[in-house]
Amino acid sequence: MAAQPATLVQVRIQTEDFDLSAEVAALHAADARVGAVAVFVGTVRQLDEGQALDCLELEHYPGMTERAIEGMVEQARQRFEIFGARVLHRVGRLGLGEQIVLVAVTAAHRGQAFQACEFLMDYLKTQAPFWKKEHGAAGSRWVDARASDDAALAKWGIAANNAA
Amino acid sequence: MNTIQIRFFATLREALGATELGLPTAAATVADLRDELIARGGAYAEALARGRAVRAALNQAMVTESAALKDGDEVAFFPPVTGG
Repeated sequence: MAAQPATLVQVRIQTEDFDLSAEVAALHAADARVGAVAVFVGTVRQLDEGQALDCLELEHYPGMTERAIEGMVEQARQRFEIFGARVLHRVGRLGLGEQIVLVAVTAAHRGQAFQACEFLMDYLKTQAPFWKKEHGAAGSRWVDARASDDAALAKWGIAANNAA
Repeated sequence: MNTIQIRFFATLREALGATELGLPTAAATVADLRDELIARGGAYAEALARGRAVRAALNQAMVTESAALKDGDEVAFFPPVTGG
């Protein structure tokens, strides 16, 4: 039997930045079955809806966040033929252009990896308890949830019921 | 009477000036609990008002407000989530 990594699924919430190469390498290096790694990285936009930002602040619900994302990964494992997944999400204050979130998924071939990665991001956007607050020249404001994010999850057959 | 631990996040945390609240209550569901908080008036009535987009979690899982409560439960109220 081919070598498999000890930790196929890892979910981390952290304030510090992450090293994309190191995370991806750790996810698939010891798993001989992997032929595809799909990766999504979300970053802080410098302009949001035309407003110049200084920084973004992320709040979350400790405990529930990890549990919710682990449940999403489990659903992804049931829907797609994937081997491993790593989901990292940062909280606290983030500067412009900084990395916010990483979703990396391994599979034998690209199709399942791409789909599982998109599924996890669509799920996370509307069901993981994070809240963004923007700080800019015009003041501070909490980011509104988008109906388009609910629609993205609906295409997987899941009702988000998040955005107003 | 059940004692419910209530937590608030983001806009609700700021509006109420509180992150956590232990409340003895006869509320049978999350909806009843929200109504009880609204009945306190002031910032509670405003922040949790019906018609506002408020989401809830029971024991750290997303729920609809019909979810039933028991002693020792943790209920969180928060606005729609915006991570990722």
